[in-house]
Amino acid sequence: AALNDGLRSQVSAALKEGRVTPTELCQRCLALIKSTKFLNAYITVAEETALKQAEESEERYKRGQPLGILDGIPIAVKDNFNTAGIETTCASNMLKGYISPYNATVVQKLLDHGAVLLGKTNLDEFAMGSGSTDGVFGPVRNPWSYSKQYKEKSVPKSHSEDEEPNWVITGGSSGGSAAAVSSFTCFAALGSDTGGSTRNPAAHCGVVGLKPTYGLISRHGLIPLVNSMDVPGILTRCVDDAAVLLGSLAGHDPKDSTTIQDDFKPFELPNLTDVSKLSIGIPKEYHAPGLSSEILALWSKAADLFKNAGAKVVEVSLPHTRYSIVCYHVLCTAEVASNMARFDGLEYGHRSDMKDSTESMYAATRREGFNDVVRGRILSGNYFLLKQNYEKYFVKAQKVRRLIANDFVKVFRSGVDVLLTPTTLSDAAPYTEFIQEDNRTRSAQDDILTQAANMAGLPAINVPTALSERGLPVGLQFIGRSFQEKQLLTVAKWFEKQVQFPVIQLEEIKRHDNGVLQHQKSASFS
Amino acid sequence: QKVSVEVLDHLEHLALVDFRDSEGVERLQKAIQFADQLHEVNTDGVEPMDSVLEDRCLYLREDDVTEGNCTKELLENAREKVEEYFVAPPGNIPLPKLEERETFLRDS
Repeated sequence: AALNDGLRSQVSAALKEGRVTPTELCQRCLALIKSTKFLNAYITVAEETALKQAEESEERYKRGQPLGILDGIPIAVKDNFNTAGIETTCASNMLKGYISPYNATVVQKLLDHGAVLLGKTNLDEFAMGSGSTDGVFGPVRNPWSYSKQYKEKSVPKSHSEDEEPNWVITGGSSGGSAAAVSSFTCFAALGSDTGGSTRNPAAHCGVVGLKPTYGLISRHGLIPLVNSMDVPGILTRCVDDAAVLLGSLAGHDPKDSTTIQDDFKPFELPNLTDVSKLSIGIPKEYHAPGLSSEILALWSKAADLFKNAGAKVVEVSLPHTRYSIVCYHVLCTAEVASNMARFDGLEYGHRSDMKDSTESMYAATRREGFNDVVRGRILSGNYFLLKQNYEKYFVKAQKVRRLIANDFVKVFRSGVDVLLTPTTLSDAAPYTEFIQEDNRTRSAQDDILTQAANMAGLPAINVPTALSERGLPVGLQFIGRSFQEKQLLTVAKWFEKQVQFPVIQLEEIKRHDNGVLQHQKSASFS
Repeated sequence: QKVSVEVLDHLEHLALVDFRDSEGVERLQKAIQFADQLHEVNTDGVEPMDSVLEDRCLYLREDDVTEGNCTKELLENAREKVEEYFVAPPGNIPLPKLEERETFLRDS
């Protein structure tokens, strides 16, 4: 059995054979959540309902009728997905106290497969940001900040101060989900991805982050940021697990008219041994300004890995890459301006005490409920949508979007199967350093390598590759053809096996010898 | 070019969100500057792209009622309601003009 196949061959097997029960798993995860509270990965922990779900799962296993691989598996969900009966805040004052009346389709699907919903994870407010630092519940801390690997490489400070000032960010906006998976408090988590919000924190936290093709997974119940780019994201500890999650989530949803109607067949990933028929494209524009020499070297090494294994590795060009961020900036703020208009205090969420008029109540509610980042994007978006600016900015951006999407079409048409690029410009920054620049600047910098895939709607995945000199995770990204997740994940899985990314050594986490909570460590790639 | 106070005021009306301080206005200025880079790209003859799924037909379902009757659930999250109504303050009253509004723009 493959070393990586966590859910299918390790956890699910253990559950079926009774070596561990769903309630035990759930309790362990809940205890771990408590002991890793300092990470601030969770906004809400749904302890009671989780234990109840675990008990129901246990009954099913006892009867020999589990619902599938996900039955009894503890998972976490980013707090911008609606979860019935559980608070959904989007890390904003605007939705504090909002109890969803329904489950997002992806949440419902997970529950229908027997998964145990542990809680809602932290994010940047309304998923706007690339650090998971700008939510009202505070920033998320990267579990690797507390790893042996990072501490060993840190310059020792004076003995009195602990690692408090040194902790690094998770990246964002799905930082809570990435931290939750990385610190073993759950086996998989849902994130969302509009500009890189699943892949970016996945890279910084050393986990697999999958952005599926736009239209493959339902967005019903995902509080929207940019309707034409948002997708639910999947965060797991190995590529096989991502395929399992994908299998349970993908497919047409009548409640989301932007999901495609094609039949989706869940798949198991083959163990690729022969890559000689594969063509890997290396887009030269992804050698972006600011790319760390470390990551550049890793990227190059990865390309060589494929070449030496017999694959065809070619340099390609995606000439409009550098405009992707500008294009995103206009389209995102425009769609945000529209999407955020629903928050007026009348039907749900925060409501101001102002009573003079509807308009002044709306204005006061929004003034009180949104943070600067959100307000800034709403105002920018409205500016670009003004009659006098509409053609110049919004329509112009839509034209540039087509050029960006066409770049990919041309490259894939030329015979390339999968693109290989870095995911981030560098490893995770210390929090104190990250907050020195404002949110928009950071987002513009950090999304550069991930955004174009959202622009074109293509599937993309971050695979943890190696540790940086600071002892922090670095990942590489694969971008695939539309709706060709099986091919994309097959290549990603092959690569994952080659690099053998090390397991995080967290002193606070007790190891479990049956390997249920983690995978085996082997020689590393770097 | 700086954005005029008239336009800023207009934006506050449209968005029902305010530029809290000079930083807010600066943020907009920088956003526009950033967006101006788009004009470097030649888009002659290029059609705007609304959706990456533009080559497909949108799913249309039968016009049958399949769900509803959830008034109670929907009202639960509203702060002010009376019977089955959401309660709003009086409408048709425009936001106060710039001179009368409490906004940072008034002093700029």
